[in-house]
Amino acid sequence: MYKEVLRSIENIEIFPIISLLIFVLFFLGVFLWVLRVPKSYVDHMSSLPMDEDDAKPHQS
Amino acid sequence: MNDATLERFHYDNKIVKYFGAATIIWGVVGMLVGVIAATQLFWPEANLGNPYTTFGRIRPLHTNAVIFAFVGNAIFAGIYYSMPRLLKTPMWNKALGWFHFWGWQLIILSAAITLPLGLTTSKEYAELEWPIDIAIALVWVAFGANMIGTLIKRRERHMYVAIWFYLASFVTVAVLHIFNSLELPVTFWKSYSAYAGVQDALVQWWYGHNAVAFFLTTPFLGLMYYFLPKAANRPVYSYKLSIVHFWSLIFIYMWAGPHHLLYTALPEWAQVLGTIFSVMLIAPSWGGMVNGLLTLRGAWDKVRQDPVLKFMVVAVTAYGMSTFEGPMLSLKNVNAIAHYTDWIVAHVHIGGLGWNGFLTFGVLYWMWPRLFKTNIYSTKLANTHFWIGTLGIIFYALPMYVAALTQFLMLKEFNDAGRLAYPNFLETVIQIVPMYMLRALGGLLYLAGAIIMIYNMWMTAKQGTFQETEEDQAPALAKAYNPAGEFWHRAWERKPVFFTILATIAIAIGGVVEIIPTILVKSNVPTISSVKPYTPLELEGRDLYIANGCVGCHSQMIRPFRSETERYGEYSKAGEFVYDRPFLWGSKRTGPDLHRVGKKYPDSWHYHHMVDPRSMSPGSLMPPYPWMTTNELDNSDLPAKIRTLQQLGVPYPEGFDEQAIAEYDKQAAQIVANLKEAGVEVASNTEIVALIAYLQRLGTDIKQPTASNP
Repeated sequence: MYKEVLRSIENIEIFPIISLLIFVLFFLGVFLWVLRVPKSYVDHMSSLPMDEDDAKPHQS
Repeated sequence: MNDATLERFHYDNKIVKYFGAATIIWGVVGMLVGVIAATQLFWPEANLGNPYTTFGRIRPLHTNAVIFAFVGNAIFAGIYYSMPRLLKTPMWNKALGWFHFWGWQLIILSAAITLPLGLTTSKEYAELEWPIDIAIALVWVAFGANMIGTLIKRRERHMYVAIWFYLASFVTVAVLHIFNSLELPVTFWKSYSAYAGVQDALVQWWYGHNAVAFFLTTPFLGLMYYFLPKAANRPVYSYKLSIVHFWSLIFIYMWAGPHHLLYTALPEWAQVLGTIFSVMLIAPSWGGMVNGLLTLRGAWDKVRQDPVLKFMVVAVTAYGMSTFEGPMLSLKNVNAIAHYTDWIVAHVHIGGLGWNGFLTFGVLYWMWPRLFKTNIYSTKLANTHFWIGTLGIIFYALPMYVAALTQFLMLKEFNDAGRLAYPNFLETVIQIVPMYMLRALGGLLYLAGAIIMIYNMWMTAKQGTFQETEEDQAPALAKAYNPAGEFWHRAWERKPVFFTILATIAIAIGGVVEIIPTILVKSNVPTISSVKPYTPLELEGRDLYIANGCVGCHSQMIRPFRSETERYGEYSKAGEFVYDRPFLWGSKRTGPDLHRVGKKYPDSWHYHHMVDPRSMSPGSLMPPYPWMTTNELDNSDLPAKIRTLQQLGVPYPEGFDEQAIAEYDKQAAQIVANLKEAGVEVASNTEIVALIAYLQRLGTDIKQPTASNP
């Protein structure tokens, strides 16, 4: 059945390829960036949730 | 830092408290309904003898309550707590926040009223009728606007990864909700889906799958990335991994929807695409799990003592388990076993009870004492809750796996003569009844744990004093900020609106590729000329079938397996469903498939079976529907229904809406006459007559000989 489906849509084969390309390129971009990102930035970001002083519930 | 530039502001804890309380209250309601539904599966009398509390109607009540009320409120509580603190600013607009809170609770309340009344679209996790759908859209937009407003007012330049997850969840759920809820209203409480048959199924499971992804998974990953480091008091294991995790997850998730429809009449390419991307999903999912668990490196001694961490560790582990199981279930040979059986039920409950439930409990146990500036009332009770809950999950899931495999093996067994060893579906159900009992016990244990939690939270609140606002200070963001040499991704994070658009594009690509061909191209569903629209009586019968949630236990989709074609008849074709609005393929067989039930039994068999299923099928677990023989069917909306369907393209002849009632009466009279012959007296305007008409029509169209029948 899928052959009829494919034939009925013009240029269907290009759909998945285009989106796969976008996906792969974007992903590679993010990955390269992650590898090169400065440590100071990473440290700052991962410490964001720890910024407040409410780590202990009971403050007397 | 120059103190003069420091700004003072207050976080609002009140709305967090309200969302938190709503979470646990609705949670207990949803779990209770779940236990009742589970009980009905081995003891049908637990339906309390009326249509409103019968399985078909309370199953969607259970799923909606736990997903949108329990998990939904938990997400909001967590976001309203973490987002302001991560961005160093209160939530943007208090009034919008309260509109969000009360709007959401009203929606839940209206669901709790309409679903038992049988007002449903029958599309899973999107059962609510169109007026409520519109309300959901409004409240959801208010929630999103409040988040984006907060981002614009922020004092922290960069967005922590949790916020990315929140934003992606917001935009994706909005897109999904709108597209899946496209329907044409007939009356205030009745509408027909804008899609039919195969298209409807594809859109529904695109939605259904992604609702799991972007309502049950991504917001909770956001919560995990905030609350797990908080509870462990150490930063996340790898922030870099979290970035990769985020982008690969939202990119890939969108594509996996069709794995819910393997072996159905769905186009093959869509099935293959769904499977490939489902398997790819393991990578980002496990990246997230590993990141969560490794955050606890060097802190495992704390896990022994702190119930918050215990809950979170089991939650993250359950996430890892179900995200491994999910892709495995999307492999066609595994899916052949699991689909329509209790395996799927086990799978979703590992996710629901383990990942969502336990992470919610962990977050609440962590947050509640802080809101009330005290310590938890009883760590011992929290630990008790943890162990009862864990036992509950085990007692729930294990019997379901056993039940699924037992039933699968029985259904597939052929004897030496080449015939089905268990031709009667019921034989396989009776075999697994003990498993259903154990499952209900598991649910009961889990519920008991949640009730202990309510007591613990209540006492914690009582011993502390609620701090309505919490003060904090931070410097304002400098207006002009343009560092040279900043990498592109880092620059994006400073631009939340741009970032949101980007995330939308990411999820849209997957959705578009999957959906557009199916929606736009009519010719992708091969038409079968002998398939005709439903008659007025059958249409009303079908709407009754929908209202009573029959689809919760009966599929209408015979897969191309020998064991199924032998049992039920010719396998289902895509072209048979072109007038099905909505589609009723179902997702679980507690009873047999009904796609070819038409003309299989006489009308009187159906009559007696509906009045008392066990009179026709001894040992049946189906609840009796005696009220259908006396309930009168109000068919005054029939002309409007016909007109609506005509607008949607169903080829009823011009002016058919005026003849519909006469046609209805004619066909009803025939069924009444058939029943009378068999010694049953029934009025022609009762519900049972319409239902029998529909059941007798099912799957019969392609049995009629026509020249063009492929």
